[in-house]
Parts: sequence; C-alpha cells; structure tokens
Amino acid sequence: MRLRPNLVIGGTLLGFVLAVAAAALVWTPHDPVRTNLRRRLRPPSAEYWLGTDEFGRDVLSRLMTGAVTSVTVAAATVVVALLLGLAIGLAGGYLRGWVDRVLGALNDTLLAFPGILLALGLLAVMGPSRWGIVLALGLAYAPTVARVVRGTVLSIREREFVEASRALGNSEAYTLLRHVVPHTVAPVTVLATSLFGWVILSESALNFLGLGVPPPAATWGNMLASARPFMLEAPMLSIAPGAMIAACLLGANLLGDALRDILDPRDGA
Amino acid sequence: MAGYVLRRLLVALPTLLLAAASVFFLMRLVPGDPALLILGDAATPEAVADLRAALGLDRPLPVQFLLWLERVAAGDFGRSITNGEAVGPLLLDRFAVTAPVVLAAVGAAALLAVPFGMLAAWKQDSLADVATVTVATLLLSMPSFWLGLILLLVFGLWLGWVPVVGWVPFAEDPWRALHAILLPVVTLALVEAGVLIRMARASTVEVLRLDYVAHARAKGVPEGRVLARHVFPNAFAPTLTLIGLVLGNLLGGIAVMETVFTLPGLGRLLVDAIFARDYPVIQGVMLFIAAIYVLVNLAVDLLYPVFDPRVTAD
Repeated sequence: MRLRPNLVIGGTLLGFVLAVAAAALVWTPHDPVRTNLRRRLRPPSAEYWLGTDEFGRDVLSRLMTGAVTSVTVAAATVVVALLLGLAIGLAGGYLRGWVDRVLGALNDTLLAFPGILLALGLLAVMGPSRWGIVLALGLAYAPTVARVVRGTVLSIREREFVEASRALGNSEAYTLLRHVVPHTVAPVTVLATSLFGWVILSESALNFLGLGVPPPAATWGNMLASARPFMLEAPMLSIAPGAMIAACLLGANLLGDALRDILDPRDGA
Repeated sequence: MAGYVLRRLLVALPTLLLAAASVFFLMRLVPGDPALLILGDAATPEAVADLRAALGLDRPLPVQFLLWLERVAAGDFGRSITNGEAVGPLLLDRFAVTAPVVLAAVGAAALLAVPFGMLAAWKQDSLADVATVTVATLLLSMPSFWLGLILLLVFGLWLGWVPVVGWVPFAEDPWRALHAILLPVVTLALVEAGVLIRMARASTVEVLRLDYVAHARAKGVPEGRVLARHVFPNAFAPTLTLIGLVLGNLLGGIAVMETVFTLPGLGRLLVDAIFARDYPVIQGVMLFIAAIYVLVNLAVDLLYPVFDPRVTAD
C-alpha cells in the first residue's frame, strides 16, 4: 500500500483535535470560565499562550474545553444519525414494497429542508441545549445515511449469496444481519467520517447563532460570535476557534477521501 | 419529454405538501398555547378562548392544517406575534436581501469551478491538477462564517475597502447595497466553489474516459472543440444537480452569513424569530425556504435533459 497523504494529514488533524479534547478533560492551563476584568483582551504571552478574551478568560483553556463539547456533541450526533439512518435504510431497502415507499416519502420530506434549516426548526421547538443539538442535527443528517444504506442494500439483496442464504432456509433476519448488513459497513464508515466534520461545522454554526450550549460554557461557535466586536483589538479571539473548526473539517474531509479510496476500489470523486 | 416534465412535477408536489405538513405539525409540538403566547400571561380566560376561536385553535388538528394550507396557498402566512406584521410581505421583503447574495454566490462559484474542474481533469495527475484539488479541499473545509469574519477583518477593518456594517436596500442606493453584499458573496462563492470544483473534475474525468471522446479525437477534432462540444455538456449535467443542492444549502445556512455581515435577510429573520418564539414567522420562513429548495431542484431536473438528453428516454 502506497503512502496516502490524505490519510496521514487527515488522521493527524483529527488526532490532534481528539488529543486536545482528551487533555482538556484532565487539565487546562487556567480555569476556562473564571473572569478577571483587569486582564481583558491581553495579547498572547508566556502565561496566556493565546491571550485572554473580553472577560479576561484564558483563550487556550476555553479552546480546549470547547474541543470537548464539539467532539462529544459531534460523536453523539453521528451515532444518532447512523442508528436512525441504518434503521430506515435497512427497512426500506430490504423489505421494499409499501414500507419502502412510506419511508422514502418521509425521507424525501426531511431532505426537502436544506442543511441546518431542519435543525433550526427543531431547536425552535426544543429550546437550545446540548442534547437538543444532538437530536436536531441527528434527525437532520439521518436521511442522508438512510439514502446511502438503502442504495447499498438494494444492490446487495439481489446477489446470489443472499439468495443462497434464503434457499438454505436461513431466516430473513439472519440473512439481513449476516449477509447484507456487513456490506453497508464500508460506505457507512466513509459517510460517518465526513459526517463528523459536517456536524462539527453545523454545531459551531448553531452555537455561533446563540442556539446551542448555553453560556458561560465555551464552544468554538460562541467564542467566534463574542469575538466579533473585538476583531481589531484582539484578532486572535476570532482566528483561534475558527482554525480549530477548520482543522476538524479538513481532517474529516481528507480522512473521508482516503477511506473512500481504500474501501471503495471504484474510481470516485 | 412531456412525460418527463409531468413526472417531475408529480414528484415535487407531494414533497411540498409533506414539507408543509411537517412544518405545521412541528410548530404544534411547541409547548404552550399560542393564544396565551400572543396575549401574555395576564390575559383573562375569556379573551384567550375568544382568540383561540378566532385563530381556529379550537378545531381538530387536521382541520386546522387544511385551513392553514388554504390560507398559505393564497399567500397568507398569518401575522407575527411580536409586531403584528403580516408574515407574507415580510418574507418577500427579507428575501429581496437574501436572494441576490445567494444567486450571485452560486453563479460566481459555478463560473469559477467548472473551468478549473475541467482543466484539472484534462491534465489529470499533473501538478496543476493536484494543486487545484488541494485548493478545492481547503476551500470546502473552510467554515463560511470564519472565512467571512477574516475577510471582514482584512478588507473591512484593516484595508477599509468595504463597509463593516450598514445595509441599505437596493432601491435606495444600489451602489452601497452592492458594496454591502460583496464580501458575503465572495465568502460563499469561495466555500461552495470547493465542492463544485471537485464535482466538475470528477465527472469530467469519467467522461474523458469514454469511447466517444477517443473517437472524436481520432477523427481529428481539435482538442478545444472536443472539450467544449463533446465533454462539457456531459460532464456538466451532474455538476448542475449539485449546483441545485448547493443553492438550497446556502439558503439553509444563510442565517450565519447574515449574522456575520449584519444583513437583514431571511436567515436573520428566522433566528430572530426563534429567539422571540414568534412561531408564525418561524413557520413562514421554514416553509418558504423549503418551497424554494424544492422548486430549484425541480428547475434543475427540468434543465437536465438540455445537457444530458438520455434522462428523458426511460
């Protein structure tokens, strides 16, 4: 296997973000929520590596705890989207008939709401909270997973080995789990990797709009939002959180590309 | 062809209806009584009951839905809870800010992406190809609101080339309005160009492999003509589909851009309505954007045979 730059760079970027989040669980240089108005908007220094924000809080510490929030929310959201999407996609693709038509219509309806619009609508109903974001984004991305799973299942279920399993007298459930589901692992893994990046972006966008995790908890999105008035005095406040989001997104995109190349030998995008 | 158009229309209509139904029932999940929300906690029970009757809230839900659908079809989206404004005209008013931004961004992204994507595919695996794909991947990994803030910092604050805040409607001062939407358009165009470049490149790579391209070349057709006449229409069709999706995604995520650049568009209207719990407005914006998204994708489907006549065959 040749060296894949996508795999190495993408893996390094995501690994870095995960390491930052893991480190923040046990240690941050300062208390991320402690304010000190005599130290507001300090430039980077030996004591505050990335400076301080408009309340004198340490930017690095907030960036690190923000990583914990983003990574846990994104991971939980991806799990929700995968479970929902797998259930819908497997049921529709395998059972076909009216089940598939009903699920397909529901799926198309959800897909009629672009991007994070559906999540915004759901958050309007549920009110802003950490788990509200997970549920809203999970529901918003589940149709994409369902579509990929359904397509894979439809192409697999007609193959001879699936027929053979049925002919041998295996139950439908056993055939589905043993012979069909394993074939969805590769496309779903590729999708889940990209999904992780998209969710971090969407989660940051919702937090940027003030519709996510309530303050004073630090998220990359709300750090960016509150940095806007101080862009000129303290540009680091705007640059640092965005760079973390971009690192996650780039890492997930590169890793997703690399996994697609490895797991799906057909020449794709 | 007529059959194809009819089939597409028949698919779009139920999707729109289901979208309307989900917006309606989603808003009915909101805890609390809308009548109480409008009148405030101090209202007498009689006043609440009167308003409930006036709003039709005492009717069964399916009846409420059909009545609502009838009004929406006539362009009546109800009134805002916060200021009593009619939601329909409000939507159009705000859309007049959002539409130019989104359309210009998608147009610029497509004009940038298609030639770069095709050239990268034509010179596949060359340095230029690798560079194009790398830049495209970097662009599509850019959080748009972050890129927007940075462009604002550089071109607004440091260089002073564009105003940092202050929206003026096009009707009042087209020149200043153009200035105000310049940075949001550039930001969105750059981010979306990343996605489109990769798509244009991928579909061109596939088309270049086909026998008819080799045949055209063997006939001695000049390379420029091969690309323009034989490769472009076929490679553009999938990109066109993606352009439709990108347009919808931009509309869905426009709230963030309008917050960064303080533009009073549809997205900002939605976010303000969410904060104010102004459900008629939330409902109106969501339905409006979903409808535009469905219509744009319908338009793309109808345009598709122009580039790839095969799709009407089945």
